[in-house]
Amino acid sequence: MNIMQFAPELFLLLGALIIFLFSLFENRRGVRNAALAIGLGAVLLTAASLGRTGLLFMGAYKVDLFSQLFKLLIACGMAAVLIFGRRLPDIDRRLRPEYYLCLILSSLGLMMLVSSVDMIAIFVSLELASFALYLMLPMRDDRQGRRIQMEAAIKYMLLGVMATGVMLFGMSYIFGLTGTTNLAAIAPKLHNLMSEPAALVGIAMIVCVFMFKLAAFPFNFWVADAYEGAANETTAFLATVPKLAAVALLIRVVSLISPVHELTAFLAVMAVCSMFYGNLCALRQTDFKRMMAFSAIAHAGFVLLGILTFRQAGYAAAMYYITGYLVMNLACFLVICQVSKAGENVAIASLAGLYKRSPLLALTMGISMFALAGIPPFVGFMGEFMLLAGALRAGHLTVVILGAVNSAIAIYYYLSVVRVTYCRAPENDAPLQVDLGTRAVSLILIATIIIMGVLPGSFLSIAANALHGIL
Amino acid sequence: MDFLILNKGFPILSVLIFLPLAGAVIALLLSSDNAARIWTLIITTLEAVISLPLYAGFNTATYKYQFGERLAWIPQWNIHYTLGVDGISLLLVLLTTLIMPFCILASWRYIAKRVKAFMICMLILETTMIGVFVALDFILFYVMWEAMLIPMYMLIAIWGGPRKIYASVKFFIYTMAGSAMLLVAIIALYLASAPHTFSIPMLMGQNYSPTLQTLVFLAFFLAFAVKVPMFPLHTWLPAAHVEAPTAGSVILAGVLLKMGAYGFLRFCLPITPQATMTFMPYVLWLSIAGILYGGFTALAQKDMKKLIAYSSVGHMGFITLGIFMLNSRGMEGAILQMLNHGITTGALFLCVGIIYERKHSRELSVSTGIGKHMPVFATFFAIFSLSAFAFPGTNSFVGEFLVLAGGFARHKLITAFAIPGVILAAAYMLRMLQKVIWGGVNNPSHTGLVDLNTREIIVLAPFLVFVFWIGLAPAPFLAVIHSSVNHLLTQVGTLGGTSAVAQILP
Repeated sequence: MNIMQFAPELFLLLGALIIFLFSLFENRRGVRNAALAIGLGAVLLTAASLGRTGLLFMGAYKVDLFSQLFKLLIACGMAAVLIFGRRLPDIDRRLRPEYYLCLILSSLGLMMLVSSVDMIAIFVSLELASFALYLMLPMRDDRQGRRIQMEAAIKYMLLGVMATGVMLFGMSYIFGLTGTTNLAAIAPKLHNLMSEPAALVGIAMIVCVFMFKLAAFPFNFWVADAYEGAANETTAFLATVPKLAAVALLIRVVSLISPVHELTAFLAVMAVCSMFYGNLCALRQTDFKRMMAFSAIAHAGFVLLGILTFRQAGYAAAMYYITGYLVMNLACFLVICQVSKAGENVAIASLAGLYKRSPLLALTMGISMFALAGIPPFVGFMGEFMLLAGALRAGHLTVVILGAVNSAIAIYYYLSVVRVTYCRAPENDAPLQVDLGTRAVSLILIATIIIMGVLPGSFLSIAANALHGIL
Repeated sequence: MDFLILNKGFPILSVLIFLPLAGAVIALLLSSDNAARIWTLIITTLEAVISLPLYAGFNTATYKYQFGERLAWIPQWNIHYTLGVDGISLLLVLLTTLIMPFCILASWRYIAKRVKAFMICMLILETTMIGVFVALDFILFYVMWEAMLIPMYMLIAIWGGPRKIYASVKFFIYTMAGSAMLLVAIIALYLASAPHTFSIPMLMGQNYSPTLQTLVFLAFFLAFAVKVPMFPLHTWLPAAHVEAPTAGSVILAGVLLKMGAYGFLRFCLPITPQATMTFMPYVLWLSIAGILYGGFTALAQKDMKKLIAYSSVGHMGFITLGIFMLNSRGMEGAILQMLNHGITTGALFLCVGIIYERKHSRELSVSTGIGKHMPVFATFFAIFSLSAFAFPGTNSFVGEFLVLAGGFARHKLITAFAIPGVILAAAYMLRMLQKVIWGGVNNPSHTGLVDLNTREIIVLAPFLVFVFWIGLAPAPFLAVIHSSVNHLLTQVGTLGGTSAVAQILP
């Protein structure tokens, strides 16, 4: 085993230990900078190990372009959250080292997840990622006896643990049918078993946990409360990075099997219900984070359009879309973290007059909203187009038409955010101070949204190469 | 690429698309309002100058797309960056580039807040408008078509009148919802074509199944009919026109509405000819409904902008009528009428804007009798109004005459129903003209009202030139349209009779 193949994960583990040391001592000033350094280091290391390949830990851990690409994206997402969310106004000063510890451990778990090709490894990494997140939710300050974060945390944890339980149950079916836990060994055996209901039920149950992470209907009941209850920075992480890993694993698991009608229908129904449920509920929201939660449900439905094609082009479109989704969501949560000075939740109405208070933040918000709404030339449109095209090519006309209808419904609530940001007079005129790092991140995010939208070709060819390795 | 005549030298169309965008990026760095105004005026004027060789170098003998450019864009999906103009799009491109500097001039004083942002919106809008007309790849077209909504939305939502929020959201949602199915139809065509392609000319003339044609036609129709707007889908237009700033109204009427009609010509007819024939009577009756409804509603308006907006519904009815008559006279008349409507209605909106800057109201009752105080203005206004109801000698007469001539050659009954629309147009325009210029015995006081200044005369004069130029000598305009229309009619399969030009101009 070459140490470089595992370097990003080792680095994060080391970083987690350093942060842990910080939490032991009274001197806690350096912890923010240490976390920032770890975040940036992870980005550099994952970028450097992009080309590595190999099979580690007796075939349970696969390092390939697919996993390395997702690791890079996870590291970028984590670093962005660390930079723009570094004030952490709503996390108790004494808890900050633990907060950073959980953030880094969760990212580590997600990175391991995208490399896992064994059911046990999948389970272990998923639990590492999830439990760290479960802990981050209730770390919000409980001033004036606020309990909303506790409700969010309990909901997220109970449902999350249950979803993992269902996954384990499904894995037991697959193990029982095939006698192995290794995905590579399972695939050929499953091909002969596709007519077995047990195999289908097993796969469906494994898929459920990733649906839960993606917040697809009907696994979405935690998402609005968790987004609302968690601190803004936590939501920024929760809303973006775990979804990357969920899509990666969905592709890994679904690509094991040949397309069967029952499973396609199962995914199609979930996709359509997610889109309608998410978009229709989002129309009525007044709290920004709740609106984003419902929009996340709708976008999960869109990603499923790529998965249910069971084709490489569809998977590539799903990868492209979820990457775009990461960038767009990071951009709008960046704005929220800056607008919310004391860490309070931000109502859509309180974005009024943002163009006057900070033109850059208003532009970031405007572009990310238009991008999420699927307006060209931004990344959201290209992703939507490719997902619809892929699904139509696979013959799902009804789903595609319903998807297109949904993209029209969604306009309204994204547009209302833009409207408030640009057209309403501000409640207070005080200019928002935005630090240099956040400015840089926001410019990078805007540039990525536009460049990925205008020139998707190179990302698609990388994604196609990555998928060659796993299909 | 046998449909495209590649342009080896200066990439004129790309420059036309990206020059305003580059100008917008640079405008971000400007600090003062006046610098932004002057900079935008320079860019749009330069754009207009660059676009003139398109006309000079245009080969009227061929229907092929000229000044072509082609680059691979997204190879995975066989999407190319393909540009080109033919007789149908050439005049619309020129209309866009030539109308823009005057929109900037007309906004010189009208826009007083957030000037830089306004100018950036105008430049981005110009990029997308040019893009829509010159794109020969469906995805490129769709990107431009949708991206246009963002700056236009901003123009109405930020610089609009009192009900700007309502109007802008309605505008955005109508157009976006209309074109949601357009994307699905584009993908369906891609999958049905062999080899799979998004190239618009290559999608033409493929024998799609009747079911697919019907569905694709309906999806196209919804998107374009909203944009035109055709009768039952027109309700966003008066709202958007009334609330938009003058420049926004001019662009909306002058260019954006044309995109719907352009969509019919470029996509519906050649790509789904069979469905076009099936749906033709329904579209014609909807056009008649639009003509009559627009006329009657305009007759009852108290707000001048609303009046002109409803008159647009009627005029656009004539354009769709001409297009779906599917003969060369009707279609050439419709294309010419697209140009005319841009000129005349654009000028009328500019006139209303000039009144609004002075009286701060668009109510007809507030502006009665200003002809006495503003004689120069009244002259301009009268000529544009005459043009709006197709007075002989003005541009609209030629277009409307051709449309009606084409109509009577094909569907006498349907066309007969359009005739009251012509009379209605005269009625509502003369009513407005009479009130604005003379009024009655109890006109409001107009003390201190000044006539047009030089800037405003410079803005209006070119429109006047075109009103008479097209009205008295339409040959140079019809000549460029001719080959493309004939080719289009061959594609639809009903080449209709001899040339229109030959018949009305000996």
